[in-house]
Amino acid sequence: MSTTDIAEAALDSPLNSTKVRRQRPDGKADRAKKALTSKWATAGAIIIAVIWTIPTAGLFITSFRPEGEIKGSGWWTIFQNWGFTFDNYAEVLTTQGASSANLGSYFINSIVVAVPATIFPLVLASLAAYAFAWIKFRFSAAIFIAVFALQIVPLQMALIPLLQIFSGVLGISGSFPAVWIAHTIFGLPLAIFLLHNFISEIPGDIIEAARVDGANHFQTFFRIVLPLAMPALASFAIFQFLWVWNDLLVALVFSGGGVDVAPLTQRLAELSGNYGRNLHRLPAAAFISIIVPLIVFFGLQRYFVRGLMAGSTKG
Amino acid sequence: MGAGPLFVTAVSAAGFVLPAARRGDFWGATFEKFGVLIIGLAAFAAVIGVVLFFADRTPKKMRDVVQLTAFVAPALFLLLVGLVYPALQTIYLAFTDRRGEWIGLQNFVWMFTQDEILQVLLNTIIWVLLVPTLSTTIGLAYAVFIDKSAGEKVLKSLVFLPMAISFVGAGIIWRFIYEYRAEGYEQIGLLNQIIVWFGGEPRQFLIESPWNTFFLIIVMIWIQTGFAMVLLSAAIKAVPTEIIEASRLDGANAWQQFWNVTVPGIRSTLVVVVTTITIATLKVFDIVRTMTGGNYGTSVVANEMYTQAFNRAEWGQGAALAVVLFIMVLPIIMYNVRVMRKQREIR
Repeated sequence: MSTTDIAEAALDSPLNSTKVRRQRPDGKADRAKKALTSKWATAGAIIIAVIWTIPTAGLFITSFRPEGEIKGSGWWTIFQNWGFTFDNYAEVLTTQGASSANLGSYFINSIVVAVPATIFPLVLASLAAYAFAWIKFRFSAAIFIAVFALQIVPLQMALIPLLQIFSGVLGISGSFPAVWIAHTIFGLPLAIFLLHNFISEIPGDIIEAARVDGANHFQTFFRIVLPLAMPALASFAIFQFLWVWNDLLVALVFSGGGVDVAPLTQRLAELSGNYGRNLHRLPAAAFISIIVPLIVFFGLQRYFVRGLMAGSTKG
Repeated sequence: MGAGPLFVTAVSAAGFVLPAARRGDFWGATFEKFGVLIIGLAAFAAVIGVVLFFADRTPKKMRDVVQLTAFVAPALFLLLVGLVYPALQTIYLAFTDRRGEWIGLQNFVWMFTQDEILQVLLNTIIWVLLVPTLSTTIGLAYAVFIDKSAGEKVLKSLVFLPMAISFVGAGIIWRFIYEYRAEGYEQIGLLNQIIVWFGGEPRQFLIESPWNTFFLIIVMIWIQTGFAMVLLSAAIKAVPTEIIEASRLDGANAWQQFWNVTVPGIRSTLVVVVTTITIATLKVFDIVRTMTGGNYGTSVVANEMYTQAFNRAEWGQGAALAVVLFIMVLPIIMYNVRVMRKQREIR
């Protein structure tokens, strides 16, 4: 079984098991087995679920506590040391000035960075994926495998020379286009690989029929392949968006680090650098950066999981 | 194909300074930034549109070649200029000093003779041994525990959730868990509070070497377990029921059934999961940066590479570390390419 097979197997049952359950009615033996093992299994599952949830929940509660309470007592004493406020959020979002968190501005930067950095690789990769899947040309297989291998080249290998190209040759270092292009480049190998997997699964008859009817590659691509590949495009778009939004390294290197361009993660890392001084600001700041991925995550979970299944490696 | 430079010129020509942001005028700056966003998207659409338009209007004889070029060239051009050339350049840089003069293997000699850097290499190895094994094991156990249970979907979401949180956010979340207050003061970090409840002494988890590395590793495991769990859970559901039934008829207990039927059935998924987490772990950067800044003996190769190259301007040493990282990932690339080749042959 290969990555693609897993993807296909997984597609049938992403996050709900109802379909699977219907296919496999629990037999008597199954129920007997369950009665024996389920007690320990349930206990184990609950322990893991609790350990995995507490850190986020704790910080979430902390983010609504007044400064004095955050610094003086743990969030689990919230009922003995009651306090609830939106001040932390208001402060990190709206207070302007050199020493303040300025998260509002960085939030905007994150949006301006993430939207093109999602669209650009999506468009370029879908074009390339179509060519690799449905246009016959020499060395097509070899080039495709080379692109696949690039997926695993560490970003770190490209940073220094790419920065030199951006600042020396193009003169765009520290601007939005620099970050867009960097993310586009780093996102391309995965995008091409992922979209190719879907696009090459489109039945050949459909493509053939279009060709016979006289459609050229552009018409085939735009009228037939793109609409059919929509689910794959959506899943990659979510994946790339989350990746760009959560990225720190590319942002640190290419954004120039200022309030003009740098995204939320970078400001958050800076605040974290002065941890003690920002103790009461950090929980709210962290949640502001988490909120967009969480909305995307819960809203589009199904597609996101699909993306993971099909790609499962990312540079 | 000049799509890349053309696009860059288009955007740069649109005027690229953001004076309002520097004045601290939030709404003015926001307006300008969204302007940049729209210009960027429009420039990109225009470039792609022009390329496709002319490829479509070429004489019939060469149309196939031109169309193919229009499809693949932009992506391949970006990859060559942005990934292949830089990677080669980095390999060259690894043999030069900070002024760019050739110094042979000195950077690598430096790496393997400095206690500090040896510590960094050792840390990376510890990360790579622990994170994939533990997050896969816990993810697998959890996937098995909740398989077919009530509320499976919710239980999955709880553990999968950290995947959506940035490493920086995760780092902050866990710094609060590890927060230290001297003995006798009220603890505000949960872990130390638990220790105190059990009558222990509070500890500085992120400062006491070598244990601090393990406390950072826990954060990575916390993030990656959900990924392993979701993939493995899907694979477990794909194991044919007949085989499980057959093994049960043969009298296998739950443990034997898991070990002899389920695990072989999901082996290829296990490989993918371990591979992916291993690569992610090798490149881990944000967690170390946010939680300790690489201090107190917690640095790893990816973080040290950034520190050397971008904080200390030791480009050669940074490049050498990147090369070491690449060499560590290399066996995984080769393995994946082999799998990929086989897959293509089957088609």
